Amino acid sequence: MATVTFDSATRIYPGTERPAVDALNLHIEDGEFLVLVGPSGCGKSTSLRMLAGLEDVNAGRILIGDRDVTDVQPKDRDIAMVFQNYALYPHMTVADNMGFALKIAGTPKAEIRTRVEEAAKILDLSQYLDRKPKALSGGQRQRVAMGRAIVRQPQVFLMDEPLSNLDAKLRVQTRTQIASLQRRLGVTTVYVTHDQTEALTMGDRIAVLKDGILQQVGTPRDMYDTPANVFVAGFIGSPAMNIGTFPVLDGAASVGQSRLLLPREAISRLSDDDKGHITVGFRPESLDVVPAGTPDSFPVEVNIVEELGSDAFVYGSLTNEFGQASQVHSGAGDAQVIVRVDPRQVPAKGDAIHVRIRPNEQHLFHAGSGERMS
Amino acid sequence: MSGTAQRLQITAASPDPALLDLPWHVPLEDWPAENLAALPRGISRHVVRFARLSGRVIAIKEIGQTVAHREYELLRQLRKLDVPSVEPVGVITGRRAPDGEPLEAVLITQHLSFSLPYRALFSQSLRPDTATRLIDALAVLMVRLHLAGFYWGDVSLSNTLFRRDAETFAAYLVDAETGDLHDRLSVGQRSYDLEVARVNIIGELMDLQAGEFLDEDEDAVAIGDALAERYQELWKALTEVESFGYGERWRVQARIDRLNDLGFDVGELDITTDVEGTSVRIQPKVVDAGHHSRRLMRLTGLDVQENQARRLLNDLDEFRAATDRQAEDESFVAHDWLTEIFEPAVRSVPRELRTKLEPAQVYHELLDHRWYLSQQQGRDVPMPEVVTSYVRNILPTRPDEQAVLGTRAEDLRDSDTVGAPRVDDLDPDQLIG
Repeated sequence: MATVTFDSATRIYPGTERPAVDALNLHIEDGEFLVLVGPSGCGKSTSLRMLAGLEDVNAGRILIGDRDVTDVQPKDRDIAMVFQNYALYPHMTVADNMGFALKIAGTPKAEIRTRVEEAAKILDLSQYLDRKPKALSGGQRQRVAMGRAIVRQPQVFLMDEPLSNLDAKLRVQTRTQIASLQRRLGVTTVYVTHDQTEALTMGDRIAVLKDGILQQVGTPRDMYDTPANVFVAGFIGSPAMNIGTFPVLDGAASVGQSRLLLPREAISRLSDDDKGHITVGFRPESLDVVPAGTPDSFPVEVNIVEELGSDAFVYGSLTNEFGQASQVHSGAGDAQVIVRVDPRQVPAKGDAIHVRIRPNEQHLFHAGSGERMS
Repeated sequence: MSGTAQRLQITAASPDPALLDLPWHVPLEDWPAENLAALPRGISRHVVRFARLSGRVIAIKEIGQTVAHREYELLRQLRKLDVPSVEPVGVITGRRAPDGEPLEAVLITQHLSFSLPYRALFSQSLRPDTATRLIDALAVLMVRLHLAGFYWGDVSLSNTLFRRDAETFAAYLVDAETGDLHDRLSVGQRSYDLEVARVNIIGELMDLQAGEFLDEDEDAVAIGDALAERYQELWKALTEVESFGYGERWRVQARIDRLNDLGFDVGELDITTDVEGTSVRIQPKVVDAGHHSRRLMRLTGLDVQENQARRLLNDLDEFRAATDRQAEDESFVAHDWLTEIFEPAVRSVPRELRTKLEPAQVYHELLDHRWYLSQQQGRDVPMPEVVTSYVRNILPTRPDEQAVLGTRAEDLRDSDTVGAPRVDDLDPDQLIG
């Protein structure tokens, strides 16, 4: 087991100017489950493949433990790519299916048996070791495949969108299984996904990438509570955060006829680059429905109500009264906001409701750079 | 045909309306036998079935929608790059069972006629060196894919189909699910692909041994290692920089001849000399596989595989020598060889035996048979006699290989390849994962 360190690791594809991964600095602790997440083309898979040795590193270094592996061949890095191949061999027993890679490597028979039995215990497969894969359920077969990687006792597990092939139901199940298995094994794991829900539910820490640049790394809670910039704010969380950019007038963000009072220190931090504007983010779950006329509230016209039983979400437009409607974005699109409402008191389509951001639940960003203010 | 909720979306370059008649509202696992063509299947982590469609056979794989579209595109690109791979037919999404339950998307590919999965080949108790010949074919395929910038990610015998190619095999990529196309592959990508191939092949061979289809004494690890060696040799021959003194310029042509011998054409050769002009460096920059098959195609219009072409070209050369026409334009001689020798020979195979082997493969066997008869009788046996003997004595004993129907790959032994078991003998659990 080992730590993993990306030390200003850079990958530039021949013939391109912008690096696919730009000076990535990331330290992953021993036993940690780190998720690399971001939209397609952000560099997450490239980063993983650099660690696997599949992509050249053009500048910087990659370390596994204290060992610089930048120029080490993939098979000599002591890593395991999981789920790349989980077709099982029908004539081999479950034990042989798990242990054959060790046999190839010339591991003594007794040791293979010990390692296979240990892995089987963790995977709840002990009583199936002498059966053929045919006798197993789908989930058990998947665990056998995982057992193949486990018995090799690699320093690091690498997983590149391992769930993308599964249907929605199996995806949720397998997600939980992988996460709990990883915790039991305590093997450092780097996991790539484009799905922020997967990232939030599985990772000890999450690293968000965009355009080859690391945006923020932190616990799921950090990412949700204090996104470092507008991109992370909009990417993490479902439904996505509502984000708008407004002019600052008399110590408040001016939103049509309404005003959102801003903390004084935020105003003092405005830079020339911000050109007198501020970007305000508020999550759907950070809004309270309030009576009309409540200070700091603004009206929303209800377009659709999405009822999920435990939750209900209003997808609404900002009314004309809210002069800067086109400046607001949300998971539902431009000039739209999403509001979580009490599922027992849902408004009707076409209603106008008034909402207010809960104290201290707004996120303030520089309008110029998009960076978080505090 | 299906429940009201189903709204199929078909992506295909040239959609066949008959596709709509297949029972898309039923999970592939439960498809009725009348729709299926029972062909030997490899080990797959997905449900795969073969079905008949407008007189041809298609392979259908249930797989996630995004992955299906991605693999479809990749297969199309591989075809454009002229890499031996299966032909993608299309992707169907929006499948629903009559109760509204959504079903997985499918990727459809054309079944490669006369192709055989490795399990069928091993089960046919072929020549003892079958494994080596499969490995050689796979090494050539991997080198070709890597030269084209394709990283496979999951190289295995199961993800490859084999076609007879004279005394050897030609390998075709069947599963591109884990692959990626790059401008150029890094050393790490190539070496990882090779390591995955090595481990998978050894695993697959060990599985055949566990199922008693392959002799326990065969050294599976050595066979897997041989793939890596063959690959490295070929890669080196195709890409290595070679330096020599200015006086040894004949080595340029020698290098080209060597590559031709390996079945590759040199599209671009980088030649540099040092400042004093005393030494020369050469490195092939663009090499294209199919040297012999292209030459045969140019001369005769026959589209066959590389080693079949090599064999046919040798026969053409012999014909030219025997008829004393070396001075004549090669293409005229080739035309006469085609119409007077090749075509009459393959046409004399009775119709009912034509599904046994491809015409070019039949001709290759005819050449073998001619050699055997001539040896035996101590004279040059003319082709028409050879054909008669071959059709009577040899061809009927060969298994039907156009589309090996009605039998499980595991059961494909010499003795029972002739009688075709019923489709419902198929074991759906043969597919694992």
